[in-house]
Amino acid sequence: MISLDVKKKYSIASIVKNSFSNNENWGKMWRNPNPKKHYDVIIVGGGGHGLGTAYYLAKHHGIKNIAVIEKGWLGSGNTGRNTTIIRSNYLWDESAYLYDHAVKLWENLSEDLNYNMMFSQRGVLNLAHNEHDIKEIKRRVSANRLNGLDTMWLDKNEVKDLVPIMNTDNLRYPVLGAAYQPRGGVARHDAVAWGYAMRADELGVDIIQNCEVKGIKTDNYKVEGVETTKGFIKSSKIGVVASGHTSVLAATAGVRLPLQSRPLQALVSEPIKPVINTVVMSNAVHAYVSQSDKGELVIGAGTDGYNSFTQRGGYDVIEETVRAIVELYPIFGKMKMLRQWGGIVDICPDASPIISKCDVEGLYFNCGWGTGGFKATPGSANVFAHTIAKDEPHKINAPFALSRFSDGRLIDEHGAAAVAH
Amino acid sequence: MILIKCPYCGERDQSEFANGGEAHVIRPKNPESLSDKDWGEYVFYRNNPKGIFYERWVHTHGCKKWFNAVRNTSTDQILKVYKVNEKRPDLSEFQNTLKSPSGEPSVGSGNFAVKK
Repeated sequence: MISLDVKKKYSIASIVKNSFSNNENWGKMWRNPNPKKHYDVIIVGGGGHGLGTAYYLAKHHGIKNIAVIEKGWLGSGNTGRNTTIIRSNYLWDESAYLYDHAVKLWENLSEDLNYNMMFSQRGVLNLAHNEHDIKEIKRRVSANRLNGLDTMWLDKNEVKDLVPIMNTDNLRYPVLGAAYQPRGGVARHDAVAWGYAMRADELGVDIIQNCEVKGIKTDNYKVEGVETTKGFIKSSKIGVVASGHTSVLAATAGVRLPLQSRPLQALVSEPIKPVINTVVMSNAVHAYVSQSDKGELVIGAGTDGYNSFTQRGGYDVIEETVRAIVELYPIFGKMKMLRQWGGIVDICPDASPIISKCDVEGLYFNCGWGTGGFKATPGSANVFAHTIAKDEPHKINAPFALSRFSDGRLIDEHGAAAVAH
Repeated sequence: MILIKCPYCGERDQSEFANGGEAHVIRPKNPESLSDKDWGEYVFYRNNPKGIFYERWVHTHGCKKWFNAVRNTSTDQILKVYKVNEKRPDLSEFQNTLKSPSGEPSVGSGNFAVKK
C-alpha cells in the first residue's frame, strides 16, 4: 500500500502535471509538527543517520510513534558538510560487513525511497606513494577480496589511464599504484536526508526541527525523556546520533564516551568541465578529490589537531591539502576555490564507529563515525534501528559495541580511514 | 586560526604547535589492581566538553617545551596558558559562554544553522 503511494509522488506523470502549474504546487515534503508529550522512540539528530534510523524503525520494526529532534534544519550538520564519498574497502571483516551493508542499501536507495539519491558508482582510488603504502594497500585489497568486495590493485599505468590529468612521476611522493573499488562513488548528500525525512514522515514519524535537546533525563540508570527548547518530551527509548555533539549529550545522562570532537574541513572550486570521473584519495599526501555533477572539484581537507566545536577549522589544514592537490594535479594550479566549511566530527580511538547500547537502559548511541560517516548512512541507520527496536545489536553492529574499549576487541581502521586521525 | 602564547617564546601561530589532548590525566598508580573497564577508561576515555577545556600543547616548531592551556572549545578562545609545574586553575575562574551543553555561543561559532 505504502509503496504504491510513494510511487505516486515522483514519476514522469507527476513531473509533467506539476510543470503546468510552474512547479509551484509540489507541496511540503514533510509536516512540521509540534512535539507530542510522549514518543515510543526519540532520535536526537536529524541528519542522514538519524532520519534513516527513524525510517527503518517505522518501516521494518512497526514502531509508529517516533520523533526526530534536530537542533538546526535537516542535514545542517555533517550530512550536509561531507564530501559525499561512498566505498566499503575497509580492512577488517567487521568493518567490511558494516560498510558493504551500506553500499548494498545505497544501490537500491533511490528505488526504495522513490527519491533520486544521484548515487553514482564512479569508482574510488586509494593511492600508494611509497613502499609501505603498497604493502598496506595490497594487504587491504586482499582482505577485501576475501570478504567478497570488488577492490583491486592497479599499477601506475592503470591509474594514469583512469585519471590522465594526474602527475604520477614528477613529484616528491610519486604515485606507485592504487587500490580501486569500482562500486564506490558519490551520492547527493541533501537527498539522503530529504529522502529519508519524506518517507519517514509518510510513515508517521514527527520531524521536529529547530529544537535543541538540552539534556537527557535519566532515573536510576533508565531514560525518562529529553529536555528540549520546546519543553520536556517523554520517551523510554532514546537514540543519540548527534555526531560531534554526541559526547556532550551523553554527558548530560552521565555517560562517558571515548570520543573527541574536532573540526573537519572541505572546500569546493569554481565549476569546470569534466576532468576527473572517479574519486581519488591519497592518505600519504592528504589529497582527496572528486568532481561534482555541477563541475566543482570537491576537496576533503584534514581535521584540526585539537578539539573544537567551532565548525570552522584552521587555514593551515586547507593549505596542506591544496598544496598536495596542486602537486598531484598541476592542471588545477590556477583554479579558484569557491567556498570552504567545517563540520564537527566525533573521533573514536580506533577510527571505527560505536553503534551500541550503554549502561543506561533505553539509551542508544550511533556515533564515533569520525571523518567517514556519510558512506555508511543507510547501513548504519538500518542496524541502529534494529538495535533500538530489539534492544540488542544486529549481528553486523554487534562488534561495534562500547564494550570494545574495555575488552580490547578494537577495530583499528586508521589505515582505511581517508583522513588521518 | 589560533594564536597561542607560548609561555617561553611568546605569541605564535597555532601551526607551530602540536596538541597533546586533555591535561591533568593521571596514570593510575595501581595498574595491576584495576579492572579492564577502569584501565580502558584511563587508556581510551578523555573529557570532550563543549566549553572550558584543560589541554596540553607542545611548541614543536619552537622551543619544543610542553605547557598547559585552558581553552573554550566552543569559541577557540584561549583563556589561560600556564606551565606544567603551575597549579591547575580553578574552573570558577572562567566564564562558560554557553546557555546549554550543546548550544552555540553568540560569538565564535561557525554553525550558522543554529546561531541566532
